[in-house]
Amino acid sequence: MQKKARFESKILPYALIVPQLTIIFLFFLWPAFEAIYASFHLSDAFGLEVKFAGLENFTSLITDRGYLETFGRTAIFSTITATLSMTVGLILATVANRALAFKKITRTLLIWPYAIAPAMAGILWMFLFHPSYGVIGFFVNHVLQLGWNPVLNGKHAMALVIIASSWKNISYNFIFFLAGLQSIPKSVLEAASIDGASPAKRFFSIVLPLISPTFFFLIVMNLVYTFFESFGVIHMTTQGGPGSATTILVYKVYADGFIGQDLGSSSAQSVIMMLLTIVITFVQFRFVEKRVHYSGAGS
Amino acid sequence: MIAKSFSKLSLFTAVLALGLGAACSKKAPSDADGKVTIEWWHSMAGHNNKVVDELVAKFNASQDKYKVVATFRGGYDEALNSLVAAFRGGKQPHIAQVYEGGTLQMMQSGATLPVYKLLEDNGYKVDWADYLDPIRSYYWDNNRNLTSMPFNSSTPLMYINLKRLKAAGFTKVPETWEDLIKFLDKDVSLGNKCGLIVSWHTWVLFENFNAIHDRPFATKANGFKGLDAELVYNNPEQIALIKKLAERVKTGAFTYDGRGSDAARNGFISEKCSVMMESTSALKGVIEQAKFEWQPAMLPHEANAKVVKNAIIGGATLWVLKGKPEAEYQAVAAFIDYLAKPEQQVWWHKNTGYMPLSKTAYNQLKAEGYYKENPGHEVAVLQLLRGGAPSDNSMGVRLGMFPQVRDTLMDELEKIFGGKATVEEGLKAAVDRGNQVLRRFEKTVTK
Repeated sequence: MQKKARFESKILPYALIVPQLTIIFLFFLWPAFEAIYASFHLSDAFGLEVKFAGLENFTSLITDRGYLETFGRTAIFSTITATLSMTVGLILATVANRALAFKKITRTLLIWPYAIAPAMAGILWMFLFHPSYGVIGFFVNHVLQLGWNPVLNGKHAMALVIIASSWKNISYNFIFFLAGLQSIPKSVLEAASIDGASPAKRFFSIVLPLISPTFFFLIVMNLVYTFFESFGVIHMTTQGGPGSATTILVYKVYADGFIGQDLGSSSAQSVIMMLLTIVITFVQFRFVEKRVHYSGAGS
Repeated sequence: MIAKSFSKLSLFTAVLALGLGAACSKKAPSDADGKVTIEWWHSMAGHNNKVVDELVAKFNASQDKYKVVATFRGGYDEALNSLVAAFRGGKQPHIAQVYEGGTLQMMQSGATLPVYKLLEDNGYKVDWADYLDPIRSYYWDNNRNLTSMPFNSSTPLMYINLKRLKAAGFTKVPETWEDLIKFLDKDVSLGNKCGLIVSWHTWVLFENFNAIHDRPFATKANGFKGLDAELVYNNPEQIALIKKLAERVKTGAFTYDGRGSDAARNGFISEKCSVMMESTSALKGVIEQAKFEWQPAMLPHEANAKVVKNAIIGGATLWVLKGKPEAEYQAVAAFIDYLAKPEQQVWWHKNTGYMPLSKTAYNQLKAEGYYKENPGHEVAVLQLLRGGAPSDNSMGVRLGMFPQVRDTLMDELEKIFGGKATVEEGLKAAVDRGNQVLRRFEKTVTK
């Protein structure tokens, strides 16, 4: 029997999706159009002097060496953060999947970081790792004498924001990986181990392919997270510094638009980020999805 | 069945929407008791926040025609953002406090009413020439008329830990950079980890350093005389100063611990750092919290300086926004006039540490003997009056998108202090990037 919903009234189905469509329009489509419009204009902060500027905002971005460096930084930041976050999430999910004492408590505790606002996470990590007044930072500098200084050393600052950002997203990956792992039929794993497959072989040949839909979904979500939601952490810890070392694309959009009041350039950067995200998502669906193994519904 | 529940659902939604709509309706500006009410958005936090509330309460109690409602809108950056957004949505306040870096932008915006004209039109007479020159000059237009009301003005001071000074064998507070550096080197050789720490580096080490020595920060009189001004602060003396500081990051004789002012204040008050350069507005906080012998002094100048001029101000000013009902501007004029009176300036100065704005207020404070009891409070004013009338290089800085220009300089400074760039390279890059920003602003506001 088909599980299609049937409505008697012709208007009801449309009326039911109107709220969702309204929200999508108000919070996604309208701002996107405004950003595209603003990116083609030079405007002063108060919006009283708006001049058409053609592609000028875009060309001045492309010729700005600082902006091009930002791309490289974002690539490094996103790749490392996504990889770190997903790997740790997967390891924790694998461990939590086994029959453990305190299973429920462990799982609940592992989900907590996701509930924290990114800005809070940034503040927390700053209070841990600041070279002068951070608990761990002080310990590293005075006891271990290691010279940890994210305030002045760009690489240290990048490491700090990578750790803080990936920490926040581990819970998200953990939940999905756990669900994916739990949907793997025990019979398949048991058959493999009877056939003499080692745990490692079982993991890489059976478990990973079977959770590849989850994996694929999480790659997309993690990349989007590192592009956009990492802003909160960076703003609270390093403000894009020192010396632009942690200025990734989304932070530059904020700095130019809200501190510099340069709305044209900031909008152009937003548009470029939007196109970039669309291309990456498209590439992923086109090429990576081909390798995803979707099993039949609920066996 | 579904039709029934659908109509129930739509009825519920309609009621909900009405309720939300009613809750969102705004109160009319005129209060229940018939007073004309105006809004003032400011960024004074902590102790100064309470002082602002008291000031507003005093004004409201002093007459019964007008009422001012003051709202704290976050730090200067956030407040400017919310002002811009509010203006675009037609919901701007009557008065907004904007930092000095936003001056040219506000002047060019077309969104403000010049303060001198507002007061004139409403019949108030304020002797603007009585105002201290560098404060007036920062915000005047080409005809020397005030476009905004200077409210909280400050200059940077050098706060010195006297215990450390004596321990290093010095009897006088250093007046020159050469002497200061000798002290800092001696200080760290005695085992201290942090000699000098600075707040608002661009303001202290660049804008003021050049102004005090009568050198330009930018062409066209630091931007006062034209939108086509170019940054020129990377002169040989500036490079030499930054070189001396960058060399000392290793020993800690100069320490860089982040932008803004938190690191410097914490470092100085906790006695980690022996010297801090910070705004005079930090005076009250240091008086309350420092548990050691210390003294505020003027910023040092070069030993071989032929001319030593005034410091330039920081802080913020009050702008009057267009677009409100005519009648309400009477209230705005009345409030601005109230703030402009010497009594209020004296009161504000005593309670916050920001400077008195006019010669009358300053003389009143001297006559009262206030500075005999509180000598630290006078340093900033003396530093402002030094050197006679401000020259083209010490009126202030009037550049577009100035916060961004400052930001790019901080960026390059961090590279310099982190050893990633030489001083010449870093400052040249800062000047180039800053000039790009200035040209963008110029294009945006030129018709």
